[in-house]
Amino acid sequence: MEEVQKLKKENKNRPYKSKQTLERVVIRLAGDSGDGMQLAGLKFTSASVMLGNDVSTFPDYPAEIRAPQGTLAGVSGFQIHFSSTEIYTPGDRLDTLVAMNPAALKVNIGDLKSNGILICDKDSFTPRTLAKAGYTSNPLEDDSLQNYRLFSVNITKFNKETVSKIEGMTGKQINLTRNFFALGLISWLYDRPLDTTIKWIKSKFKNRPNIVEANTNTLKAGYYFGETNEFLAIQYSVPKATMEPGLYRYISGTQALALGLATAAQLAKKELFFGAYPITPASDILHELVRLRGYGIKTFQAEDEIAAIGSIIGAAFGGSIGVTGTSGPGLALMSEALGLAVITELPIVLINVQRAGPSTGMPTKPEQSDLLQVLFGRNGESPLPVLAPQSPGDCFDLSIEAVRIAVKYMTPVVLLSDAYLANNIDPWKIPNLDDQSPIEVFHLTKSLESGNDRFTPYSRNEHLSRPYVLPGTKGLEHRIGGLEKEKITGDVSYDPLNHEEMVNLREQKISGIVKEFPLQEVYGPAEGDVLVLSWGSTHGAAHTASENLRNEGFSVANTNLRFINPLPSNLGDILGSFKRILIPEMNKGQLHLIIQARYSVRAKSLTKVQGKPFHVDEIEALIRKIIAGINHD
Amino acid sequence: MTDEENTLIPSPVLSPKDFDSGFDVRWCPGCGDYAILANLKRVLPTLGIPKENFVVVSGIGCSSRFPYYLDTYGMHTIHGRAPTIATGLKCSRPDLSVWVVTGDGDGLSIGGNHLMHAIRRNVDIKILLFNNQIYGLTKGQYSPTTKQSKRTKSSPTGSIDYPVNPISWALGAEATFIARTIFQYPDHMKEVLRRAAEHKGVSFVEIYQNCIIFNDGAFRYATDKEMRYDNIFELEHGKPMKFGRDQEKGIFLHGLTPKVINYKQAGFDETDLLHHNENAQESTLAFFLSRMRYPEFPEPIGIFRAIQKPTYNDLLDKQMEEAKKSVTKPLQDIINGEENWMVT
Repeated sequence: MEEVQKLKKENKNRPYKSKQTLERVVIRLAGDSGDGMQLAGLKFTSASVMLGNDVSTFPDYPAEIRAPQGTLAGVSGFQIHFSSTEIYTPGDRLDTLVAMNPAALKVNIGDLKSNGILICDKDSFTPRTLAKAGYTSNPLEDDSLQNYRLFSVNITKFNKETVSKIEGMTGKQINLTRNFFALGLISWLYDRPLDTTIKWIKSKFKNRPNIVEANTNTLKAGYYFGETNEFLAIQYSVPKATMEPGLYRYISGTQALALGLATAAQLAKKELFFGAYPITPASDILHELVRLRGYGIKTFQAEDEIAAIGSIIGAAFGGSIGVTGTSGPGLALMSEALGLAVITELPIVLINVQRAGPSTGMPTKPEQSDLLQVLFGRNGESPLPVLAPQSPGDCFDLSIEAVRIAVKYMTPVVLLSDAYLANNIDPWKIPNLDDQSPIEVFHLTKSLESGNDRFTPYSRNEHLSRPYVLPGTKGLEHRIGGLEKEKITGDVSYDPLNHEEMVNLREQKISGIVKEFPLQEVYGPAEGDVLVLSWGSTHGAAHTASENLRNEGFSVANTNLRFINPLPSNLGDILGSFKRILIPEMNKGQLHLIIQARYSVRAKSLTKVQGKPFHVDEIEALIRKIIAGINHD
Repeated sequence: MTDEENTLIPSPVLSPKDFDSGFDVRWCPGCGDYAILANLKRVLPTLGIPKENFVVVSGIGCSSRFPYYLDTYGMHTIHGRAPTIATGLKCSRPDLSVWVVTGDGDGLSIGGNHLMHAIRRNVDIKILLFNNQIYGLTKGQYSPTTKQSKRTKSSPTGSIDYPVNPISWALGAEATFIARTIFQYPDHMKEVLRRAAEHKGVSFVEIYQNCIIFNDGAFRYATDKEMRYDNIFELEHGKPMKFGRDQEKGIFLHGLTPKVINYKQAGFDETDLLHHNENAQESTLAFFLSRMRYPEFPEPIGIFRAIQKPTYNDLLDKQMEEAKKSVTKPLQDIINGEENWMVT
């Protein structure tokens, strides 16, 4: 603190700092998983959204709960893309990297732009930590980092000086505030105010004044250090983005799903029964929903995924909105019961937060490789609607839509999110619940057939849905189950033609859901050279890449599928209007397979299975190549 | 409350016939399941529950065809998973009387996990496990309760599996109500089913059932008119454990093992015999009884255990009510979040 105070006193003589305005910036805070990088990143994000930037973030943390300290496996990072223009991804290459230890440097340095700003905690680069990260010499002292603008700062030392004199601070607590010194420093670097963070500290630690003082002081100390030091010569600012007027917050895909489900329960005036078994990265949905129980969400932690989906089928039979959340391996376990929901025609929603597979794969890393599993991964002809949100905020809209479709069409619905969407945090224009249309659930209470006293549970309405009758309804007692049913009566039937008709009816019912979907929208020209067809969370990178090329004058359009089964009715026409189609996806070409089979079009597949979302430049590069090919023809 | 509001509308008197779904029953002629169906139809109308409030959930197997033959709500689900569906249903609709019909294969093999968890949670559902010690629907393979050395289609030289003891197993899962009955004991079964229905909490009833095709005679020792007196004894709460044609034999506690003595001959009195206590909080006695197996011992039937414990569905509803009471703001405020900002 003394040192910083001294610097502050010398403010009159403080070095000249120039100011520079940037359109957009990507930074990443990286450290050991115990270093509080996620928290510092979130607070930086808050400050940025309060300034009016468009923001997209991506937290990246280890799968291990307590990975050994200082090792490469234990590195935790938080990436923030903030901009004065609209953005759709957390960004590709880093303008600034903050590395709190050698391991964090080693894991992340490859993503830093050449000549990018690199801030390292000099004090954490000791022979022991260097060895743990596998460095044979100190990179801060050898020439290995000369491609970057390296700033070695005594973060640990300055933080300690700032907070150690505060009463009641233990050594461990002192170390835990380092992240706020770093946050203060980059807050100065990018001209972010500290007030939102200070307000948060005060409310978070309101019963622990010494912790409030420590965090606040070191945050300020970091900021003043930025202002007064001799070597950071430029302060950057990113002006406000023009955003649609309204009330905003930032939200992760997981939070949006939970709030969407609570909203769906309210819109349907029904209890929502959420039965789930813990699995990364879907468990957080359960954690969010448990906190929303007061809003009519009953949660049940089952003994496994099979029990989870069983419980929601039972709850749906009873009249609740049955919802479960899982990830790839859990989805595999749920397949049989999903088939039961198909044949019994009960409304449930299954949220699959996709992660890298097969098997356990990489549980915390995103992939889009469960598409074929949800479309075809059940025995028999077993169609069901599949929805794929394209952004964290879209998770809110599509979870409501999933419930709406399930109860209207008496069908299980799968919502395909992924680990990236789940954790990605974006600003979100908060919807007004009064603007949402109610979800109509109709329960038959007396037999529709006149003169016939036998209720027919498999008669169908104009949407081909069978009646939704709740146990407890007098006179409509009936049995449903996994055996094939005779059309209309619902009696068990092995009749060959009846089975074929029932298979067809179930298929037609799902195909008919297409009328619920909006027409597929195309960004850019309605016809032209290249169409980039993405789905789900790949939208951000695909859209940004296409837009960049459109800005350069190329004939590139893009469209993103949020409804994958059934496919939007105008998709065939759209595909026919472009010379080339490019389908980027985080798998080995699963949508590509579907599109080529369904529309007999030739499309180029761009695949990435690294447990990481696409970089914009990866998609951009391939589009350029395709355009060059067209011009060559 | 006024007197008028207090007047109960008498529910129509139901009879077994009201529970007949009208479907042709497709079990093999002579199957033990017929007797169970008939007895359940005798019990259900006597419970004071409207017919439409019964739901029977089953898995896969011969026993699991059960829901089709009862004119209640029902779901014939997938192999082993009926307890999960029943759990979700009961938690969603505590007003319903939810029954699970399962078998030794469905309930103890593929569905053993779910059955255990439904039992330990004390979900207020009634589980009937038809134990015929064989896989019937898949045509005669050995099941988890098949006796060791039994020759079956999949064990032509004798099964090497050690069988599970369903009652011991249910006790391990802390079932609050456990009983055993036999398909050819109609009045006993009726009484056991009635008690199971009236128990608040999970009820686990093992029903010995004869598969006439693939395991005929597995329970002859218990059903044969000559043999049953020596091989079966009925548990009655507070009563001494005695059996035999003239009720001349009794169960004594010898250290930690049971001992059968002709107590009349030996000059003992009824009061010297082991007495049953189905309400014992500790499951020691019930477990001790569950270990008595033919041919070494006579097998107890009746209610092994009936204790009271809050049910899962009640506890869940209580938490839900508390959560609802603690709500201070509309959902819109939760959606708006703690940190938000206006863009103008």
